[in-house]
Amino acid sequence: MGYSKDQLLARLKELQIEFSQYEHPVVLTVEAQAKYVGNIGGALSKNLFLKDKKHRYYVVSALADTKVDLKVLSQRLGLGKGGLRMAPEEALGEILQVPLGCVTPFAVVNESARALIFSFVFFEDMSHYCWIKDSKLRSVAFFHPLANDMSISLNDHGLDKFLKSIGRNPSYIDLEANPPVGKDQPPDLAAYVPSDSPVLSDLPEKVPSSQDSAGKSVGAATKTSAFTAKAAKPSVNAQNVKEKSVDSARPSIPAVDAGKFIEELLDRASALLLSEISEDSIKQHGGQLGAEVANNVKKCLREDLKNLTIFKNTSYTKGFYASTRYQPRRL
Amino acid sequence: MEKTDDKNQQQEEEQVVNPWEVSAKDGGKIDYDKLIDKFGCQRLDQSFVDRVQRLTSRPPHVFLRRGVFFAHRDFNDILDAYERGEKFYLYTGRGPSSEALHLGHLIPFMFTKYLQDAFKVPLVIQLTDDEKCMWKNLSVEESQRLARENAKDIIACGFDISKTFIFSDFDYVGGAFYKNMVKVAKCVTYNKVVGIFGFTGEDHIGKVSFPPVQAVPSFPSSFPHLFSGKDNLRCLIPCAIDQDPYFRMTRDVAPRIGYHKPALIESLFFPALQGENGKMSASDPNSAIYVTDSAKDIKYKVNKHAFTGGQESIEKHRQYGANLEVDIPIKYLNFFLEDDAELEHIKKEYGAGRMLTGEVKKRLTEVLTELVERHRRARAAVTDEMVDAFMAVRPLPNMFD
Repeated sequence: MGYSKDQLLARLKELQIEFSQYEHPVVLTVEAQAKYVGNIGGALSKNLFLKDKKHRYYVVSALADTKVDLKVLSQRLGLGKGGLRMAPEEALGEILQVPLGCVTPFAVVNESARALIFSFVFFEDMSHYCWIKDSKLRSVAFFHPLANDMSISLNDHGLDKFLKSIGRNPSYIDLEANPPVGKDQPPDLAAYVPSDSPVLSDLPEKVPSSQDSAGKSVGAATKTSAFTAKAAKPSVNAQNVKEKSVDSARPSIPAVDAGKFIEELLDRASALLLSEISEDSIKQHGGQLGAEVANNVKKCLREDLKNLTIFKNTSYTKGFYASTRYQPRRL
Repeated sequence: MEKTDDKNQQQEEEQVVNPWEVSAKDGGKIDYDKLIDKFGCQRLDQSFVDRVQRLTSRPPHVFLRRGVFFAHRDFNDILDAYERGEKFYLYTGRGPSSEALHLGHLIPFMFTKYLQDAFKVPLVIQLTDDEKCMWKNLSVEESQRLARENAKDIIACGFDISKTFIFSDFDYVGGAFYKNMVKVAKCVTYNKVVGIFGFTGEDHIGKVSFPPVQAVPSFPSSFPHLFSGKDNLRCLIPCAIDQDPYFRMTRDVAPRIGYHKPALIESLFFPALQGENGKMSASDPNSAIYVTDSAKDIKYKVNKHAFTGGQESIEKHRQYGANLEVDIPIKYLNFFLEDDAELEHIKKEYGAGRMLTGEVKKRLTEVLTELVERHRRARAAVTDEMVDAFMAVRPLPNMFD
């Protein structure tokens, strides 16, 4: 279920973000949008929904007249010369949950946009959002609020506030810059590109993010990944637990739920047991079948049970993290 | 690294093994016996493997059984002390030069995890981001970032967070660690370090002063938050044999500053897919199996790029059998196939010509795919918070449990 335009507007009001809204007939392009809101004060934005070869997604917002060269951007992100393409239309609907012609930074509020990080979907690879905004986008600019029949204008401060409230850190970049990228000059935007690890989970956690001092009253405060701006320390202060659940053939890594892990292990053990006991194996081993089966099951499960260490590590990590947020008793 | 002219001549005659370069004589195979002689370490024979089995009450790791870890220094002292009830700690590390790890990189970590579980001892893991920054000319930020990324793959090998401390040089050097670095540095002359590592007048001073950084994690006083009051604690270092020079230097210095010499247990080099003579290189993705490879990639690489010892035609193969000396799938199975009996069977049948290369490759693909898949799943469960927790300077109260 995607966020609707009204829900978004309500959320903006809740966060006390100033904006002005303008209704107009449905528009699909910046030129069309310009016909209706072009002469009101404020810059038009163009928003690109891009995808790289490793199935990571990027939303790039720029002023309508900024030249965005995908080849240059791709190199600056460290993706090589042809690494970035426009994302396919289906992705628009599935991931951003917006109609055609409506790419907007607000779309990252949708569960599905974060869903690829937190829910169990058949995508094997990770989808991620990276904020690349035009450093000229400083006064008021127009964006679609999840629908093509309206444009809202707000300033970059407001946009920042909104993004921070959903746990995204925007970064302002000079999109027209074209720094040389070579052996001695690593891509300057490479820090924004996440590492390759797939991060899917089906258990969104209800833990408030301490980064958000503005307060969150909207639904489960699902943690999302926050990519610190390049100027900040390189060691990532990610406030998140990324959990993965895996194809049903093997037990999932028991990041949180012991019960689930145990059930899956038991299922696997019984499946193995059933597969070991067949006409042939009874004939082959006769009375020894018990011992033979026991051995094989042990061998196969031993590796899976090593996941218990991961379970332990995750629990320890959560405890450790909690202790860093420990507030001593007030006397 | 630049070498002087006569060293270049030497290169053509002898094999070169040091932390930054490994090459065999005349593009042939590495002669491990010569290496053991030259370095002065000991062979790890079957009696050690049996002893380890006895002391740990569990089957020895496949790398021990197959002679992958084949050399040591003072491992018998460690085992003697262990029998007396004196524990030790493990120390290993990685130079984070690239994001992509291949199976060869994982080998010391897989073995170290086994040692941690079998002996129930703590472990410190050093990420030498400063070394890579200096040698590979990476930026400080990039090498730190790579260190964190590599830490995730290392954690995915299954280390126990309540017994493991991972640190990066850029973050941790200082305090007691640095004090030990200075103590070590004072005991090694410039000439000595040139002799061990082959530095020249052209090399920058960062390189020359780096060796103490890799040496001091062998001393427990470098980690006051972990081992304070335990100055007598011994250290065992599992590593590949090319790291031996660092620890030869360390062992030389240790008694002079009043510490135990660290013990070492050393492994063979992991062969490239193209064969022992080939070189695994980051620029050729087909020279190794990476932990990010998909099942399809692995199948392709094994089928198309693995160098085999099979004969040119089926008839010849059935007649002469395969050349197991150079066959890469057999070598890889030697590393990764757990079942001794199955491996023996494959070697026998393949060597006699009754089994074909295709079957061996198929089995290898299965084994590798399972390994890589398991690693990937474990890797996916590693969060940034977990890395922070592993790298936090914190006490480990249960480290010997």
